[in-house]
Amino acid sequence: MSKPTPRVRMPATAKAGEVIEVKTLISHEMESGQRKDKDGNAIPRKIIKQFAATFNGKEVMRADWFPAISANPYQSFFVKVPESGTFVFSWTDDDGSVYASEHKVTVS
Amino acid sequence: MKVKSPAASVSRRDFMHVAVAGAATILLPGTAIAAPTQVVEAIAKITGGAALAEGKIKLDLPSIAENGLVVPLNFEVESPMSDKDYVKSIYFFAEENPTPGVAAFHFSPMSPKAAAAIRIRLAKTQNIVAVAQMSDGKFYTAKKEVKVTIGGCGG
Repeated sequence: MSKPTPRVRMPATAKAGEVIEVKTLISHEMESGQRKDKDGNAIPRKIIKQFAATFNGKEVMRADWFPAISANPYQSFFVKVPESGTFVFSWTDDDGSVYASEHKVTVS
Repeated sequence: MKVKSPAASVSRRDFMHVAVAGAATILLPGTAIAAPTQVVEAIAKITGGAALAEGKIKLDLPSIAENGLVVPLNFEVESPMSDKDYVKSIYFFAEENPTPGVAAFHFSPMSPKAAAAIRIRLAKTQNIVAVAQMSDGKFYTAKKEVKVTIGGCGG
């Protein structure tokens, strides 16, 4: 499996205090730990266990994911933009890897 | 594989790319069967025995899911989301999945709405249970049954 690639869709500009929707998608097999290979051995669990969104370093929201999350997890949610700044979205893998995506939003 | 309603603004190409990859991940039957008591215990752990009230949670799930591997789940919890009154967390459980935990969302007053959309796997026809924890320590719950045609764990 190639390295998980995060994709984030959100506006680059907003009015002060505006509520915007963020849509995220990351390529990941989300191996549930329930499947078996051809020889009947259990395939170990390997999922993204946490998603977090921060704005200028402050946490906005966080989600814990369990094996019931579909492969290539999609998540959309809402943020508010009080001022110009940077959103950082990060996905934490079972193996400890963190995949991150940074997005600047300018308040006009 | 028939997939309904691609994510509104993720491009069709991106979506089809992941949808095909998702379809390739066919799951084999799970061995463990989770009793709903597991869910009851998990909820008791969250609430610490506090009462659960109905309402406040708008749970949007299909009544019939053709493909248990990708079931869209949308929710919104009614709340002003101010510094003093906001939704702290919301937890989701699938009663009949091999591991009933689905997801937990933790919000802050920085979140304008306690709402999100995700896609989940369901092993078979079952109830999805949501438990929301408010900043004032109150708990709300909602439940919805989803009929699954093809299970997300083999079936």
